[in-house]
Amino acid sequence: MGIFILRRLGVMLLTALCLTFIVFWLTNLYPNLEKLAKTQGNFRMSDEAVTSYLDDRGYLQPLPVKFGQWLGVMPGWVTEKEDGTTFGRCFDADTPEADRRTRCGVIQGDWGFSTVFKDEVGSTVATRLALTGKLMLCVLLLMVPSALIVGVLAGMREGSKLDRSLSTFSIATTATPEYVSGVIFIAVLASSKFGLSPILADLGWIDGKTLFLGSATSAMKDANFWNFFLPVLTISLYGMGYIARMTRASMAEVMTAQYIRTARLKGVKFSDIVLKHALRNALIAPFTVIMLQIPWLLNGVVIVETLFNYKGFGWLLVQAAGNNDIELLLAVSVVSVAVVLVTQLISDIGYVYLNPRIRIS
Amino acid sequence: MEPLTWTGSLSGLNYIFYFVVGLLILSIAISILASLVPSTDSRAVSADGTLAADKGVSGFINMITGYLFLAALALVLVYLIAGIVMGSGAGIFGAMSRQFLPVWIALIVTFSVSITYKRKLGLYGKLFDSTVGMIGFGIVMFWVFTGIMGGVFDMLVTHDSLSQTSGMKNKLPGTPLRGAEDGDFQWFLLGGDNLARDVFSRLIKGSWVVVQIAPMATIFAFMVGITLGLPAGYYGGKLDTGLSFLANLILAFPVILLFYLLVTPEIVLTGIPNYMAIFLFVFPLIFVGILLNSRFHTQPSLRTPLLIGVLGVLGWLYLSLISTGGYAVPDKVWGLPEFLDGFDIDDGVLVVFVAVVFVNSPTVFRIVRGLALDIKTRDYVAAAQTRGEGPWYIMLWEILPNARGPLIVDFCLRIGYTTILLGTLGFFGLGLESESPDWGSTINAGRRLLALYPHAAIAPALALLSLVLGLNLLADGLREESLRD
Repeated sequence: MGIFILRRLGVMLLTALCLTFIVFWLTNLYPNLEKLAKTQGNFRMSDEAVTSYLDDRGYLQPLPVKFGQWLGVMPGWVTEKEDGTTFGRCFDADTPEADRRTRCGVIQGDWGFSTVFKDEVGSTVATRLALTGKLMLCVLLLMVPSALIVGVLAGMREGSKLDRSLSTFSIATTATPEYVSGVIFIAVLASSKFGLSPILADLGWIDGKTLFLGSATSAMKDANFWNFFLPVLTISLYGMGYIARMTRASMAEVMTAQYIRTARLKGVKFSDIVLKHALRNALIAPFTVIMLQIPWLLNGVVIVETLFNYKGFGWLLVQAAGNNDIELLLAVSVVSVAVVLVTQLISDIGYVYLNPRIRIS
Repeated sequence: MEPLTWTGSLSGLNYIFYFVVGLLILSIAISILASLVPSTDSRAVSADGTLAADKGVSGFINMITGYLFLAALALVLVYLIAGIVMGSGAGIFGAMSRQFLPVWIALIVTFSVSITYKRKLGLYGKLFDSTVGMIGFGIVMFWVFTGIMGGVFDMLVTHDSLSQTSGMKNKLPGTPLRGAEDGDFQWFLLGGDNLARDVFSRLIKGSWVVVQIAPMATIFAFMVGITLGLPAGYYGGKLDTGLSFLANLILAFPVILLFYLLVTPEIVLTGIPNYMAIFLFVFPLIFVGILLNSRFHTQPSLRTPLLIGVLGVLGWLYLSLISTGGYAVPDKVWGLPEFLDGFDIDDGVLVVFVAVVFVNSPTVFRIVRGLALDIKTRDYVAAAQTRGEGPWYIMLWEILPNARGPLIVDFCLRIGYTTILLGTLGFFGLGLESESPDWGSTINAGRRLLALYPHAAIAPALALLSLVLGLNLLADGLREESLRD
């Protein structure tokens, strides 16, 4: 088991390195750098001005060197201007000589400076990540139990009316991407002119103009049911169908097993069979699916945060990518790649741990 | 002119329709509750020794549900047929129904021909044995016909999808066209968007973008996935490790980040999407070449002309696809000269196409690899090896046909997923230009005024939902039928 985890960790590190290198390469292509220089300097820069701007800031070094500097394994660039001022990757012109570091990169915990937010990348990502963490937690709390309940109910009597209705429901949710369900939810529940809200407002059942709020910006500070439920529901619905279908398949398989038949022939109550005999074994497969679903939730998070204007990690990704904020984008990709790889690892280990047939042998 | 209501002079029918649908929902709920209670149907032995059982309470409820469902279906048909007959007299639905008349005819012809010959049509014919599959197939074909008729032949649409009409900005569905002349269609059936364009016509034009790109992109992704996945699964070893690592690498990327990195204008300038197009689109050629060669290499007199012919045509298509104005990558790599270039693909479409193929192929690779790993242990593969068949013959003519069931099902699901991806790209305004009528871009344009004028975003959202749902149902029906084999 130890060697298995170590090997997985090794592959993970390699994957993360490759991926960040690809992101690094794509963001450091010349047209991107030119755009960066023009947005940071001014839009009417001549080609020479762009080149000297980029050269001063170390952008024109060979790619592996730049990548090494970003990682912190190579000494950062230092530029001496003609007027005698010296500045570099790791220090400003007015930093005293003694405080100047040679290396500053991810390994040293220095994630760089965001050109869009004019702030340290590390702290920006951390704040946004905390906001998205709140969203994800609510999503998981809503999605996982309801998906498992739907799946177990559908799978315990395969082919019954209940199974057919719930399966249709899960197919429908997997067919509804977040930007479709979000749009429908806002139109029906959070529009002051359409859907339910005007009716409810006329009846005097709701205080405000709309039942739910169409924007989750206020939920960043203090989240309550009315401003936070729609984004959470939108993400949960899309992920739910898949988990429910997997749970149903696994449950249906377990219910045909020999030991379940034995229990039924012994006269055990149906509810006891489902809850005590079948459920435990039926939940092994969905566990892996749930863990592997988390990276997919990240997509949903990006869409929903854009749609509901919730300024979390997904919104940050859009801002960083849309403005080619290189260091921020790199940090964002490192975090998201890490999420993907760690969930894969947990799902592998969890599968081994949960499944007694593998654990004991 | 009066604005149209949703159902026009048929509005009296609405109450009956609501009533039937309400009863239907109620009876479904009751039948679900009844299925939780163990059924206590009585059985009686008659004199001649046969058993007779009544259907019990749940059977009775199921029967009622069935009839209610038929009644609701009949009412929908009444709306549609009345619409075809009365046109805009039957409100917005009626006018739309008449507008879609060619699609209805095409659907009826397809279904009647298919159902008549279903025993001779293999898996496709079996689809017409499952209700779910038929519903899914119907929805999918509806959009396919709509896309082809509206997009290629300019039928169905009521107005130009790009022209703006003054005074129609954000107007509600059914608003009469201001300053309409005699030849014009008199209403904006689904209202106007925030640039005063007709939502209904854009919806139809948008379906063509999806119908055009999604299946083609999925086919290309399958070609890449199959050509790389079969050897990875069959040979295993270092090749498998390397290719799987690459596939996992792409899969570990969040899709949206990848799109943002690949589809921005700056990256398009560097020509990377064009290089990727050159690489990815060559796989169908490789696939077909190997497929034919491995089968016919023992008969060179047949093989050589066949290969030259097929690869010649495919090669020309390939070169036309990747080259624009004499270049494969603008100003860097020479392509097919212009007088030989059969057709040009719009730059934005090409980039979107490449991005979608790139994202989909690793998943297909993993599925094919898994299937190949499973099937290569079968007896018929061992028999082929003993016969001395080459490895590619075994992969393409022994393993691949036997993996077709899961692959066809995944193909349908993947078209749906590709549709969702296309919508995502449009939603973030990536790739296609902003006036493109595709559904994702339209949702993106409509979401800014969502709380006030939702119709401009709701129409494409529902269209996308129905198409993907149809594909999912179709895949479900196919899975059921292929398992029954």
